[in-house]
Amino acid sequence: MSSPPPGMPAQALTLRHREVLHQADEMLLGFARALRSAGVAVTADRERTMLEAVAAVGFHDMGATYLAARATLCGSPADLERYDQVFVAWFGGVRAGHSPKPPPAAAVQVAPLHDGEGDGEATGESIHAIASATEVLRHRDVATMSLAERTALAGLFAKLAPQAPQRRAHRHTPAHRGRVDARATLREELRRMGEPGSIRRRRRGLRPRRIVLLIDVSGSMTSYADSLLRLAHRYVTNGTPVEVFTVGTRLTHVTRALRQKDPERALVTAGSMVPDWSGGTRLAQGLAIFQQRWGRRGLARGAVVVLFSDGWERDDPQALGEQVRRLQLLAHRVIWSNPHRGKDGYLPVQQGIVAALPFVDDFVSGHSMAAFEDLIGMVAHA
Amino acid sequence: MEPSEAFSSAADLARRLGETGYLADEALSTVGWLALRLQRPLLLEGEPGTGKTALAEAIAQTLDIPLVRLQCYEGIDATQALYDWDFPRQILHLRALQATGGDTTGGLEEVEDQLFDDRFLLARPVLRALRESPVVLLIDEIDRADDEFEAFLLEVLSTWQVTIPELGTITAATPPIVVLTSNRTRELHDALKRRCLYHWIEHPDLERELAIVRSRAPQVSAALATQVVAAIQRIRNDHQLIKPPGVAETLDWARALQELGTSTLDVETAAASLGAAVKYREDAERIRAALDTILAR
Repeated sequence: MSSPPPGMPAQALTLRHREVLHQADEMLLGFARALRSAGVAVTADRERTMLEAVAAVGFHDMGATYLAARATLCGSPADLERYDQVFVAWFGGVRAGHSPKPPPAAAVQVAPLHDGEGDGEATGESIHAIASATEVLRHRDVATMSLAERTALAGLFAKLAPQAPQRRAHRHTPAHRGRVDARATLREELRRMGEPGSIRRRRRGLRPRRIVLLIDVSGSMTSYADSLLRLAHRYVTNGTPVEVFTVGTRLTHVTRALRQKDPERALVTAGSMVPDWSGGTRLAQGLAIFQQRWGRRGLARGAVVVLFSDGWERDDPQALGEQVRRLQLLAHRVIWSNPHRGKDGYLPVQQGIVAALPFVDDFVSGHSMAAFEDLIGMVAHA
Repeated sequence: MEPSEAFSSAADLARRLGETGYLADEALSTVGWLALRLQRPLLLEGEPGTGKTALAEAIAQTLDIPLVRLQCYEGIDATQALYDWDFPRQILHLRALQATGGDTTGGLEEVEDQLFDDRFLLARPVLRALRESPVVLLIDEIDRADDEFEAFLLEVLSTWQVTIPELGTITAATPPIVVLTSNRTRELHDALKRRCLYHWIEHPDLERELAIVRSRAPQVSAALATQVVAAIQRIRNDHQLIKPPGVAETLDWARALQELGTSTLDVETAAASLGAAVKYREDAERIRAALDTILAR
């Protein structure tokens, strides 16, 4: 312990300063981690940018820290809500101006998507019976199926290959016939040092049209929800430009969950996102929110919209008619798939259906595998 | 001065933007200042009519640098965003060479070099921004472009350089200030979002909107402006509307009323001029029916 080196106080200060900074970084990184576990996609590079940004505005300014971290860690309005909740929880409500909304009732009463596996023996037996009766199974009403039959049916979904309908693209592509492509012709000429040659032509290409699937998951549709989500999963994994929503008392965007390859896992994830399984139906309200938040912005514009519902509307049926009318104005085609349509003696008498039917382009059945196959064909040629 | 050093703080940016007539709130000015300081692109989302595009214009105006705008649309590709060769002029040049019989002694290579010269290059917005930087590059409605285009942008936005095979690599001397706007018709790719600072622009509150109207439409009397803004704020609170009016609509309405010689907004004049603020028949009917409560003090 000799005499202290010159400039010691300054050094000590820097050290202390550094310590404070280090603590701040730790606190911020902990916050980022908490945000990640709350479901915001926080990556390492985002964390780094966040530290940079907070350092730029100064950690002592809580309001600016709130804004700087928000701009660097969030990427969508849904993130912002979660961010506010976690921020208040982590830093203790410093930002009073941004009142946090109460957390959504997490995963309320998630009905099992499939009723679990039957015991091995029974499954084996029925598979044997069903293998010879696939054709029968295809035409059976999904709602009346036994557990084993449903399991076998789940396998059939894997064979579906839904395609998107085509539309004319804005972009031109080279073609043998069509209008003269002056630019390509000139470029060709240029390659031959200005010697004129054959004329190139071009045509507008084709692009897949967007598909929107709206699935009613209310109580009266419970027995079909599993199959409909499987159908939606096939659409998503087959690479068609599709967006999937569930409608009950709330509207839930489940496309992301359905991106997983394995159907069982995708369905479980999607199921845990939907807070209103087997609840009531507020179809009109759900459609209104869909159009306001997604549809009118462009999602439904020129798209093929398929609505899976039995048309039981708890609220005003006239409102449902009005919403479907607006939807039809936006969309290229509105298809209503009703599980009861395929049954003998069915008449569209539910008030909701009656009000909406004039604005629906196609009204089809949706109760069996065969009906789903027909629907896929119809969408592909819409 | 470097754009990243141009403003000492977020409050300074807000003040300087205010001088151009753009009134940013604390959140927006903080994020905007950070984007400048960290030299990151700024991704703005929000309802139409909340001033996403106007922010880029205001930044360009305060810094007195040009604004380069790239409007995205479906099917946009690199030849429309980056650069293209002027083929007709190249052909003409070639023909001129042949006609005059001149300067082809250097052989094929030299002729080719002449053809792929800077003067036959059509610089599109992104290339122009890189060359002329410091500029504000506004990439408007990025959500309308295809996914592939995002990947292409990502490359430019992370390296600030572009390679043209015939000419070589062009690098920005100072990174341009980039503002991207999106209306959320689709989710942007996460890789692009990660590069950017994100901000969701809300509709302004009553005080701020009033200040905006006063600064953008000074000819409108204070009393009328107050009434119009109060009415618009109430209309916006009705969540059943198909399209709630944005700030642009507020300005249009206030100006329209001023032109009509209105001094106070009453039910009749409001009903007659509502078309300036509300663009859907259903909305207009709904609001007309509720005008007396909307205009009540």
